Amino acid sequence: MSPSTLEPAKAGSSSPRSFLARLWDSDLVASFFASKTTLVAGLVTLILVLAAVLAPLIAPTNPFNPATNFLIDSLTPPRFVAGGDPRFLLGTDDQGRDMASAILYGLRVSLMIGVLSVLLGGAIGITLGLIAGYAGGWLDAVIMRVADVQLTFPAILIALLLDGVAQALLKNSNREQTAFGVLVVAIGLSFWVQYARTVRGSTMVEKNRDYVQAARLIGLSPARILLRHILPNVMGPVLVIATINLAIAIITEATLSFLGVGLPPTQPSLGTLIRIGQNFLFSGEWWIVAFPSLTLAVLVLAVNLLGDWLRDALNPRLK
Amino acid sequence: MIAFIVRRLFASIGVLIAVGLIAFVMFRYVGDPVNQMVGVETSTAERAELREQLGLNEPAIVQALRFLVHAARFDFGLSYQFKQPVSAMIGARLPATLELAAVASILSLLAGVPLGVYTALRRDSALAKLFQALSLVGISLPTFLTGILLIYLFSVTLGWLPSFGRGEVVPIGAWWTTGLLTVSGLKSLIMPAITLALFQMTLIMRLVRAEMLEVLRADYIRFARARGLSERAVHFRHALKNTLVPVITVVGLQLGSIVAFSIITETVFAWPGMGQLFLQSVQNVDIPIMAAYLLFIAFLFVIINLVVDLLYVAVDPRLRASVRGGPG
Repeated sequence: MSPSTLEPAKAGSSSPRSFLARLWDSDLVASFFASKTTLVAGLVTLILVLAAVLAPLIAPTNPFNPATNFLIDSLTPPRFVAGGDPRFLLGTDDQGRDMASAILYGLRVSLMIGVLSVLLGGAIGITLGLIAGYAGGWLDAVIMRVADVQLTFPAILIALLLDGVAQALLKNSNREQTAFGVLVVAIGLSFWVQYARTVRGSTMVEKNRDYVQAARLIGLSPARILLRHILPNVMGPVLVIATINLAIAIITEATLSFLGVGLPPTQPSLGTLIRIGQNFLFSGEWWIVAFPSLTLAVLVLAVNLLGDWLRDALNPRLK
Repeated sequence: MIAFIVRRLFASIGVLIAVGLIAFVMFRYVGDPVNQMVGVETSTAERAELREQLGLNEPAIVQALRFLVHAARFDFGLSYQFKQPVSAMIGARLPATLELAAVASILSLLAGVPLGVYTALRRDSALAKLFQALSLVGISLPTFLTGILLIYLFSVTLGWLPSFGRGEVVPIGAWWTTGLLTVSGLKSLIMPAITLALFQMTLIMRLVRAEMLEVLRADYIRFARARGLSERAVHFRHALKNTLVPVITVVGLQLGSIVAFSIITETVFAWPGMGQLFLQSVQNVDIPIMAAYLLFIAFLFVIINLVVDLLYVAVDPRLRASVRGGPG
């Protein structure tokens, strides 16, 4: 499955109609609606993203506002279970926080870190990949050597290490302000290699094509050739990697938070909520860990399904 | 062939030196080693003396070289937090992690390869579709969630298996302790091993399936069928064999990441291995342990990569020709 055989889906039609109209008629959209699984996955993702974006508006309470959390409400079971309270759909945790609200806010944090770190990793990887593929020579050698060394380690280990080092360098006292940024950078930096390798491979093929030669002949700058001419033609595989990486980034963030080196309990992500909830597993308060876990699993599964669909839809060999 | 191995060896040593330098930079410049080693009441003069003793006043290049030489002898100094030699601490925890990783690897291979072959050959059967769907769930379930789920099921609800620790261990020789010889040790191993194996298993299964489907479309498979070979011979002698090259690469790399992923499993099950030690060192900024663990993982991956390269040559005759023919 060499990446260079992948073409962007929209390259097929060249009619002057609007981008949206062309997109609507493309194979990509057709294949999206052809599979029920993909359709459901898309719908679930959309709902979860909307819930995350609108969390401050739709959450019953603000879980971070101590004025609305009462210890007397703590450890209430979910509404549909015996002993439940109608005010708390999914029960409360040991602080009396409404779990449904905490999950909505946690989802927001998880998704934000996932998307931002994919954007960061993608930006670094694509840039270095374009430069390595186009320039060749020692620049290519240096970038790819670094990539090789980094690829020696699993991404989660790199993220863990970067996270640890960053926390040692920054003062522990303001961990709460820095944790979010540190996580985005740590996860982003641990994922750039895949983009760089793929983009480099495609760039090396594209740079010998006629349109690039033509652009060079009329004297366009290398930066312009790379960004305006080569980049759009290597984006297909990048989109697939980005989607799959979004799932991995969300898992990585949840894992780091679960291990206690991610987000602190004062601004919990889904992973932090699961970490807190795990302590109540043996005392019977299963809902504190069950619902954040379920949300996380459904989110990752939906994104993975979308990634699968995108990979198959953009792979001409499977048609 | 020998030239190929030598070239590979040099590349591996390069990787190790690069990782060693990163470890040195971490050790020397992330926080001050002297401040980490002494208490608050240590006088400035004593600090300066320790600084001199540790050679921290020498040029950076000399320090880096000394760090690398010490690292090559597994000497990483004392842990900041525990004031014990790092190499001894890692050595004491090595058996737990390696036993867990080995059992998990075997488990994931024994289940993953047959499942992959089955779902490729009977790809329209209901069972194959079920496996395929389950594998996607397996990939989407973070390792720690699998662990929590198993604990809830088998420890909290059913009470069959212990939820933490390694059980009773038996020493073998001076350096090794094993939990594989006691009932409580084996019982403790079941859930962590399954948790660690599940993710790798689904990866292996999906990979074998994809490769099998690709190979089954090839002309030589059609030709083998035309020759009247039995389905069994076609599937296993011709098809499966040709899927092995990519499978070996990924499986090799996965075995390495099993050791890294055991950080998560060890935390969930309070398994007294290296991963747990590493996580503690990250939380406490215990740089010597972090540096040693980093180098250990690099060493492991380098060895695995080397073995994978050699296996290629053994499995694929085409590579043997190109290896003999010079650069490639």
